[in-house]
Amino acid sequence: MSTDTRGFEARQKGGNLLEIRDLRIDGFSNDTWHKIVKGVDLVVNRGEVVGLIGESGAGKSSLGLAAMGYAKPGCKITGGQVLFDGEDLVGCSEKRLRELRGNRIAYVAQSAAAAFNPAKRLITQTVEAAVCKGLKTRDEAEADAIELYRKLQLPNPEQIGYRYPHQVSGGQLQRIMTAMAMICKPDLIIFDEPTTALDVTTQVEVLASVRILVEHYHTAALYITHDLAVVAQMADRIKVLRHGNTVEEAPTSEMIADPKEDYTKSLWAVRNLYKDPSERDSVLLRVQNLSASYGQHKVLDDINVDLPRGRTICVVGESGSGKSTLARSIAGLLPPTHGSVLYEGKALPGDLQQRGRALLKKIQLVHQIPDTALNPRHTVGEILSRAVQVFKNLRGAALVAETVQLLERIELGETFYDRLPSELSGGQKQRICIARALAADPELIICDEVTSALDQVVQEGILKLLTDLQRQLGVTYMFITHDINTVQAIADEVIVMKSGRIIDQGLKTDVLAPPYHPYTELLLSSVPKMETGWLTGILEARSAAPSAVVSS
Amino acid sequence: MDQHIAGAIENINPPGTTVMRSRKSQGVVRRLVSIIVQRLALAVASLFVVSLIIFGSVTLLPGNYATAVLGQSATPESVAAFERELGLDRPAVERYVSWISGAVKGDFGASFTSRGDSKRYVSAMVAPRLFNTMFLAAIVAIIAVPLSIFLGVICAFYRNGWVDRILNSTTLTVISVPEFFVAYILTYFVIMRDNFVMTGWAQALPTWLSEWLATGFAAIPAFPILSDVAPDMGFIDRLWMITLPALTLGLVTVAYMMRMTRAAIMNLLATPYVEMAHLKGVSPFSIIVRHALPNAWGPIAYVVTVNLAYLITGVVVVEVVFVYPGAGQLLVDAVRSRDIPVVQACTLIFASAYILLNLVTDIVTIVTNPRLLHPR
Repeated sequence: MSTDTRGFEARQKGGNLLEIRDLRIDGFSNDTWHKIVKGVDLVVNRGEVVGLIGESGAGKSSLGLAAMGYAKPGCKITGGQVLFDGEDLVGCSEKRLRELRGNRIAYVAQSAAAAFNPAKRLITQTVEAAVCKGLKTRDEAEADAIELYRKLQLPNPEQIGYRYPHQVSGGQLQRIMTAMAMICKPDLIIFDEPTTALDVTTQVEVLASVRILVEHYHTAALYITHDLAVVAQMADRIKVLRHGNTVEEAPTSEMIADPKEDYTKSLWAVRNLYKDPSERDSVLLRVQNLSASYGQHKVLDDINVDLPRGRTICVVGESGSGKSTLARSIAGLLPPTHGSVLYEGKALPGDLQQRGRALLKKIQLVHQIPDTALNPRHTVGEILSRAVQVFKNLRGAALVAETVQLLERIELGETFYDRLPSELSGGQKQRICIARALAADPELIICDEVTSALDQVVQEGILKLLTDLQRQLGVTYMFITHDINTVQAIADEVIVMKSGRIIDQGLKTDVLAPPYHPYTELLLSSVPKMETGWLTGILEARSAAPSAVVSS
Repeated sequence: MDQHIAGAIENINPPGTTVMRSRKSQGVVRRLVSIIVQRLALAVASLFVVSLIIFGSVTLLPGNYATAVLGQSATPESVAAFERELGLDRPAVERYVSWISGAVKGDFGASFTSRGDSKRYVSAMVAPRLFNTMFLAAIVAIIAVPLSIFLGVICAFYRNGWVDRILNSTTLTVISVPEFFVAYILTYFVIMRDNFVMTGWAQALPTWLSEWLATGFAAIPAFPILSDVAPDMGFIDRLWMITLPALTLGLVTVAYMMRMTRAAIMNLLATPYVEMAHLKGVSPFSIIVRHALPNAWGPIAYVVTVNLAYLITGVVVVEVVFVYPGAGQLLVDAVRSRDIPVVQACTLIFASAYILLNLVTDIVTIVTNPRLLHPR
């Protein structure tokens, strides 16, 4: 490339940087080739941020990677063009692609914890692209990296790079990965769901620092996410994808104010669910002065909670606040060091081993990630009938009938009986997990972030199902989440946790309405809103009152 | 994510680069030393248990040394006298204590083959043999370990290409046949060097082919078929004598270590950080050497240990084929002649070798894994 495209002026001038024409990508799974992307056009101008949104399986990530001329193993680009600065990356030589990648096009992956090499120091990885291409000396690159760390507001920018990936937190890793992408001042950065794995308070920090950098260097970006509220803060233009096809495309403000397609509206379906909270009648389970620790590290400190019968109590808080640990303690997986759990007034043994089967039946647990919670070699029928057999002692035809009834209860039906988990979608798998918990006829179901791994449309279905089941069966939920929208959709009561303590608790309408506890307010204000100026507004508000930002 | 961790970083690290870096590296060294001391203590404890097992099982061996030597017709009096001479009449606990207290000082007592005043000390018998074994093992290890890691990297780089396929099928063949077979095949080639022209093959094959083979065989150096090393031999002569056993053991160990290196690297090629490196434009060879290999040291160190231990303790078959005076042969001979002190000494030395090598593996695994070396 003879022309210098890195000049500030060149970037401001605009013009096409990336032009994707009629791109087609096939993926290989279950012994056949499937179409993942079916002829999508996309243009990114210089200095422009384009948002790419859709549910999982829409082909967003494949499209994002294709913009770098890369197809994941098991995928191939079968047609179309990817013109980067006039050069077609499809069918381009590997050598030429290596020159471009990391240098002029960079990538920020979803899971920073997995995308960093655990054996190498962060700064070595940050500067690698610049050093291995001979663009900078190691010392220059390190100085630049430290400068980027400072711009991204990382704590202790001179030192943090000399740590290993496991020594820094997820939000910091995500920012360091952004620094890694920026090290060569690329023309285009692909952000592939960079904040999906983070909780709301951290997400705001990462979003803010990403935006600072993109604006500062006038870098063009392709921002991939399934959260419309997030993309509304970042993008100039939004494109909605579904099943590998374009649904619609419009400037951000237009898209938010007036989406044309029903599908686009359904993408924030969960935000429109709301459950009217009802007062408690009686207490099913009472946690008294409970403390628990992992080794020397105390994770729960003097917790007092009542779970009201037949209601939903949501536990919210950022990761590491002890939400899941509380659930594990109640379920008997982590015996408390202190305090007790009373079930209908009677003390529960702290250790699972000492609870009888009748007691085990009453409390069931549903995990966050359904993929790992289901045995991949058992069919749905086997998974469910095993639970029915254990808890209800049925055999033969009665067992099958009961299992089918369970499947109908979760709105799946008999046809799923012989399928394997690998043949189901994420939402269907989570339904199977719920059905397995229902097999015991439990009184309390602990749901540990059961909707966090799912996209919004599927989340809505699961939450509706849970609400219906509660109406029919009178079951009590303890619902752990970090998503305030989910709380609005399902909770009667709310517990706010931080650093192993309960900060605030009570009826949803009391906790999530003024006057707020300061931490609750921070949590609430960190949830992206469906309006374009939200991030700017929140950052201005927080810089005006710095005490609200410092969350520890 | 964890806000309190973000805070912790600021609190723990005071400003000032050089001070902090040196303090951090000191912490790592101290941690490493404490780990090594811990493991050494564990190693001593396990050696003690092993010594009990060795002594116990040797004592439990069926048969009686005295009756075996003196024959069925020996009178009970002469058997008792012989046992008294060897110290076998003492209670087992007393014998164990005197054996182990000597062994700690390097004195394994006298062999049962001692007669009267001409004592044959176990240490004097074992030392030269052990030196031979160690010499062979060291030569093989020095060549085989780097070579197999290099070949493993090459295989992973050219995965499913012809280099990979050839190396893979060759090594699979080598590990699929017993090592004495490899040894005999190598010997056969050396013999064919001088004798091919006289064999039936040379007559049966077309002239051009047998001439071609004859030149090929003639190119093989005249390696000694019997590795009959003498204690006063020079280094170069020794090397020359052990070429064939070293080659045999090298082929076998390289096969295992190379395949494991390849597998360990291949396992990591599907990880997100390798994909990230691709997307940073890092060259494929750098990805393997700089991103995959550093994470593969654990399994590689493990297979290297197993093979080094094999080189020290398990090569008796190869020693027999090449008549190499190593410790393995000594052990087998001692078992056959019920020379209990020699058996005990050899097994204890072999056990220590195993324990020491495992200690080294543990340390390599810790040093190459930042998660273990640098806690949060």
